[in-house]
Amino acid sequence: MSAGAALAADLFAYALRLGDDALVLAQRLTEWSSRAPALEEDIALSNIALDLLGQARALLTYAGETEGAGRSEDDLAYLRSEREFTNCQLVEQPNGDFAVTMARQLFFSAYQLALYRRLAASADATLAGVAAKGVKEVAYHADHAGGWVVRLGDGTAESHRRMAAAVEQMWPFTHELFEADELTGRLAGAGVGVEPSELATEWEEHVEGVLSEATLQGPPQSGESAGWRPAGGRRGVHTEHLGYLLAEMQHLHRSHPGAQW
Amino acid sequence: MVEREWPLWEVFVRAKRGLSHNHVGSLHAPDARAALGNARDVYTRRQEGVSIWVVPAGAITASSPDEKDPFFEPAADKVYRHPTFYEVPEGAEHL
Repeated sequence: MSAGAALAADLFAYALRLGDDALVLAQRLTEWSSRAPALEEDIALSNIALDLLGQARALLTYAGETEGAGRSEDDLAYLRSEREFTNCQLVEQPNGDFAVTMARQLFFSAYQLALYRRLAASADATLAGVAAKGVKEVAYHADHAGGWVVRLGDGTAESHRRMAAAVEQMWPFTHELFEADELTGRLAGAGVGVEPSELATEWEEHVEGVLSEATLQGPPQSGESAGWRPAGGRRGVHTEHLGYLLAEMQHLHRSHPGAQW
Repeated sequence: MVEREWPLWEVFVRAKRGLSHNHVGSLHAPDARAALGNARDVYTRRQEGVSIWVVPAGAITASSPDEKDPFFEPAADKVYRHPTFYEVPEGAEHL
């Protein structure tokens, strides 16, 4: 394989990871539409979902272009199976109660914020463009989720209990966000991608700042989720929840190929 | 029993620099920060504004509909309050 073809293959895989993260979380968040605790929050969550869907569309379209096999954003979103999705496991976790959704959102948005800030300087103009546009969106997502984590954590005894449980439940899935592999190593070396481990410090400062304001603890030190570090999403290994999400998301497109509004 | 309903906030949006904030509607939110965020999501998602004010609805003192006549009627026949009785001097520009 020529150097150019090798880079294109790497770009395909990388854009797919970023796009799958955004797509899967967008799909999760839309499950709140018409079911959020208040009309205003319903709109806020739908706005976040639409921001993420916009990012996913740009990234999957670009993945299709770099692959050069004629696959569109729709082909990639609707016609791949579970093992072909390379999103992190955090974004596929079920919404749970509102606290779980907000913990997941804070953890992921803080990660995206640190990532997009760096990716905006990528040598690849398309990735840099998507990141530069997205960084303003995800900064708001992180702020919105952070506000709720503080409000619930530093709220009533019941809201504190639930927010603490949500943080403990989602925390194990954050380790995967910072795992490097050969792909990230090659792309970071080429100035195109970002080495995930570089993001950890900024992420920790961001998240721990919110948690301390929320009177919550950081990583669980004991209990069943302490020391548990699930991973594998980047290799297509997922928790049981992704298959159901994809079934719902892909059902219409697969049942009626080429269906149009 | 705990008050479960979020308080009401009135939302004012400035469409662009140089204009004043206009009342655009109201919403519910648990605190000021959330009210600002909700206002951003509900009232400026189509680029309607560059600045938002949120005000607790309870903090607004409004004129009463019952007092409409004593409040506003007396101004109806006071045409001399409008600056329309001046002869504009010839050559005065920028009026």
